[in-house]
Amino acid sequence: MKRLGKVWTVIVYLFLYLPMIVLFVGSFNDGRDLSEFEGFTLSNYVTLFRDTDSLALLLNSVILAVSSALLATLIGTFAAVGIHSMRGRIRSLVMTVTNIPLVNPEIVTGVSLSLLFVFVGRGLLHTENVLGFTTLLIAHVTFNLPYVILSVMPKLRQMDNQLMDAAQDLGCTPVQGFFKVVLPELWPGIISGAIMAFTMSLDDFVISYFVYGNSFVTLPVEIYTNTRKQMPPKFYAMFTLMFFVILVVMILMNVIQARDESKQKRRVKGA
Amino acid sequence: MSKELIRLVNCRMDFDGETVLDSINIYFNDSEFLTLLGPSGCGKTTTLRIIGGFLQPTSGDVFFDGVRINDVPPHKRRVNTVFQKYALFPHLNVYENIAFGLRIAKVPNKEIDERVTEMLEIVSLRGFEKRKPDQLSGGQQQRVAIARALVNRPKVLLLDEPLGALDLRLRKDMQNELKRIQQQLGITFIYVTHDQEEALAMSDTVVVMDKGRIQQIGTPEDIYNEPKNAFVADFIGESNILDGIMRADYVVEIFGRKFRCLDRGFEPNEPVDVVIRPEDVDIVPADSGHLCGTVTSVTFKGVHYDTIVDFKGFKWLIQTTDLHRPGEYIGIKLTPNDIHVMKKSAYSGMFGDYSSYSAEYDEINDPDAVIGGEETVEEALNNEE
Repeated sequence: MKRLGKVWTVIVYLFLYLPMIVLFVGSFNDGRDLSEFEGFTLSNYVTLFRDTDSLALLLNSVILAVSSALLATLIGTFAAVGIHSMRGRIRSLVMTVTNIPLVNPEIVTGVSLSLLFVFVGRGLLHTENVLGFTTLLIAHVTFNLPYVILSVMPKLRQMDNQLMDAAQDLGCTPVQGFFKVVLPELWPGIISGAIMAFTMSLDDFVISYFVYGNSFVTLPVEIYTNTRKQMPPKFYAMFTLMFFVILVVMILMNVIQARDESKQKRRVKGA
Repeated sequence: MSKELIRLVNCRMDFDGETVLDSINIYFNDSEFLTLLGPSGCGKTTTLRIIGGFLQPTSGDVFFDGVRINDVPPHKRRVNTVFQKYALFPHLNVYENIAFGLRIAKVPNKEIDERVTEMLEIVSLRGFEKRKPDQLSGGQQQRVAIARALVNRPKVLLLDEPLGALDLRLRKDMQNELKRIQQQLGITFIYVTHDQEEALAMSDTVVVMDKGRIQQIGTPEDIYNEPKNAFVADFIGESNILDGIMRADYVVEIFGRKFRCLDRGFEPNEPVDVVIRPEDVDIVPADSGHLCGTVTSVTFKGVHYDTIVDFKGFKWLIQTTDLHRPGEYIGIKLTPNDIHVMKKSAYSGMFGDYSSYSAEYDEINDPDAVIGGEETVEEALNNEE
């Protein structure tokens, strides 16, 4: 029975990671066809790093992911602080409103944002070309916000509410108190929120598809719109690299969380 | 006489239409150890938070050194607070926690080092500089919180039930420690507690509060010996509170018998509350007593026996070192000193009858106690000592 359980676990993980393994192997395959391994090569990687067009698209995606994650983290952190200071009933109402975009189908979010941008563009700015980096950024910040708020809120709840009183008691203005006492308590939540926002933004296609303009195209949009043709193997190389970057980031995030949790535990024991 | 430092004038506080403080008038003298004492919900913490600047009174004024400070925010007040759950900064070590206020005030590093080291000495925490708050015991955290407040040399230190989370033994030690620090530094301490024993042991002045009102202000001796009303008499120690009639100055009638007392200034034949402390009553043979009654129950308390005696249906608590068996018919003697007369108040008839006596009477009188909770155990231990 125990052995069966182990075998089952292996099967589950194989199922989860087999596609990645195929991609990984494919990225070193010397040949266009994935069904046949024609020998080991690094040529896909070489092609990738020489292909300035694809790299530019990747750079676009990273720029968008970083800027939208930073903005969402900034806005989301302050939003969380604001929500936390609300009274019980209003707070739970606001939290429900915050959570709805998380479960809203992406295509609905995408289409409605697109309609809004076109409406604002034509009606208020009198331009047909409103879609571009700005609209992408606004859209990404919008869908990233709830993730940041949700990862900062628990830190606020764990925090002793008297810390802010204590800071002011010792001479801090409310703003000083926030930066010197509250912010250090929120850091782990803020960082994990930012990382989550970054990864969500980096690979978003559905929402981006409806709000991008020709002036600024991201990598996922370009790839999806071109999948009818056969995918060049250089992308296998790129995806393999992306997978490992995300993997490292996720491991880092888990380490931070684990350290934070053991700290919390010690604190509970000490009190 | 030392000079006045803080004064609250007609302070009223409403939360959601509910009045939690009602016309509070009180002043605090320099270098005084003053305790706000009362059951939970009496408004003592609210009063403290008004002084600290964390709350603004709905109406009324707060004066500091003669200047109105209603609108002065906490960070500009020359008071510091020791919070109920310490509120130490978890990301800073002991040294930096204590140095926090000085760093905000941009005190030079050398002076910070001297003052923090001096404070660590005072609270006996040398060698703990590098520890984080979560690596300290409750008592040590408590002392860091005190040092963190005192290092700023405030004129007034506010303490919000600072010993509430400590166990009984540690609490007694910290009581002495706090009193020592207060006398050594000569700072005004405003101390909030619901523990009457703590209040009597540490304070120069006790302010008894209930239902958002000040019931009595006085020295611990005044509060104990001359309670103003039935609430104070009952909250501070144990009391038998009887209905009496003031027949003339220095003469009060209880149970149809006239007793000489030390009180005067009442209307002729004015109904009054009479307080008799359980330890003041002398038990004598029935034939030589002023009043006679039957012992109904006896509980051994170590130093004394709690003896419940039935006088014409009204049960008294008497504390004696002699054992009297239930059923015994005894007499009591009262001297004028043992009798304290109070004006009738809203609290008359609510306290001081031991008809529903239980050996755990402290629990009944302590509205904060939770049956089976920590406090009950501590109270029980308290009584055993």
